[in-house]
Amino acid sequence: MNTATISADHLCVGYGKHPVVLGVMLDLKPGDLLVLIGTNGSGKSTLLKTLAGLIDPVHGELQVLDEPAGHLPTRVAYLPQHPVSSHTLPLQVRDVVTMGRFAHLGLFKRASALDRGIVSSAMQRTGIDAQANKPIRDLSGGQQQRTHLAQVLARKAEILLLDEPTAGLDINGRKLVAELVAAERARGVTVVMATHELADAEHATAVMLLAQRVVSMGPPQEALRDEYLRECFGFTQPH
Amino acid sequence: MDWFDNSVFIEPFLNNEFLRYALAAGILVAITCAVAGTFVVLRGLAFVGDALSHGVLPGIATALLLGVSGIVGAAVGAVVMMGGVSLVTRRFRLSGDTAIGLLFVGMLALGVIITSRSDAFVGDLTRILFGELLGVSQSDLLSQLCALALVGLIAFVGRRPFLLLSVDEGLARTSGFSIRLFHNAMLTMIVITVVASFQTVGTLLVLGMLIAPAATGALFARRISRMMTIAALVGTLSTYIGLLLSYHFDVAAGATIVFTAVMFFALAAVFTEIRKALSKPSDGEHEHPHAHGRVHV
Repeated sequence: MNTATISADHLCVGYGKHPVVLGVMLDLKPGDLLVLIGTNGSGKSTLLKTLAGLIDPVHGELQVLDEPAGHLPTRVAYLPQHPVSSHTLPLQVRDVVTMGRFAHLGLFKRASALDRGIVSSAMQRTGIDAQANKPIRDLSGGQQQRTHLAQVLARKAEILLLDEPTAGLDINGRKLVAELVAAERARGVTVVMATHELADAEHATAVMLLAQRVVSMGPPQEALRDEYLRECFGFTQPH
Repeated sequence: MDWFDNSVFIEPFLNNEFLRYALAAGILVAITCAVAGTFVVLRGLAFVGDALSHGVLPGIATALLLGVSGIVGAAVGAVVMMGGVSLVTRRFRLSGDTAIGLLFVGMLALGVIITSRSDAFVGDLTRILFGELLGVSQSDLLSQLCALALVGLIAFVGRRPFLLLSVDEGLARTSGFSIRLFHNAMLTMIVITVVASFQTVGTLLVLGMLIAPAATGALFARRISRMMTIAALVGTLSTYIGLLLSYHFDVAAGATIVFTAVMFFALAAVFTEIRKALSKPSDGEHEHPHAHGRVHV
């Protein structure tokens, strides 16, 4: 049996027949952290959406937990880049986090004590439990992002696909995300995270540098070499 | 006239059977519209609701000309309208609002053309557009009750995917719910509401009952269930007040009900703005992206 949680072979991602990133090769194991780094429009979000099953691969092979992408909603959780629509809706923080359990509950199953416990725990872990009964539209951008992170954690998934999870967070929020990712990895969760922050790649198993193609892929010290960064961004990181 | 006299508030309904029927029908419409309207407002489907409410016109007009039930005609009109929107959007790569706008105007024009073949053109058109609340029969009430039951059932079964769709389509999809299936279920719910309500408030005004009470609920509510409850209360109260005003001042009933509902929203909006201005700014954390000294690309 294949031990890879996510495997891709010459995967081409894009919209319709229009490729955005070509030649993606992946072989991720439980507990791995893959960090996707690139400029806006480099294909990070397109790749994550493909892994989440929201868009079909243009061509190539992709298996997520030995199934085509998008076939296992209870085992894969996805945090979109700007989950802002809920901010105008009359929803309390607890309601938004509970939505993370809907994949398990389906249409008819009632939320059990276990589900409610998972929701409470997710809110505690993201430090949003004190705001549980507040409308999400009354919260700051950082608190809203913590709420969406709690929603993803409440899925209790085996794979987390996080599109810029630190967006809108201050330094404490960023530290919290790093701790959450580490904790999830420790329980065997595979994490794929898109970010603009080179520092987020520090503890990654692998980094993929993207510029509408795979510029480099490998351990952080290898994938973030100066020549690759210059090729990708036009500058290098300070030493 | 003594405004605190029962003769003003209660007796019109005690003394007139047609007003009692109108009140019952209006309340059923208000509750149906509150359920469907909550999701119309949450998902931002007001334009779709508008298009559907006008798109049923040729169906009703044809039904009246052929002497069959207007409800059957309205249902056929709504199905043609949604099928047309789906076709134009998929085949011609036009945005949804362009497709809806095209079909909406086309169907409205077709409805007027068909109605103009009728001997009582103006009367028929007015009846379809503005409803005939004071001519509601027992069978109309039964139809409205069935519509409420159906809409309630769809809303109950689809409550989770509807909520996810309102927040983010991707979230619905990655939670294992079909976007197309539940979007169509939501449209079906709106179609049933429009088709069942045109007799009461007319195709032109049903949108007001779908949007105004639900939008008022959205201003105050912290939860979807509360929003729906407020919408039902506002719709019911608008129906009662609208009927009373219509009775005492001899003005059109359907239009007065919808105008009252919109006035409720206006008052609620002013109230919330005043409350917001008077309340102190919250002390919550305000984190800003990129407000730090790390390498940022």
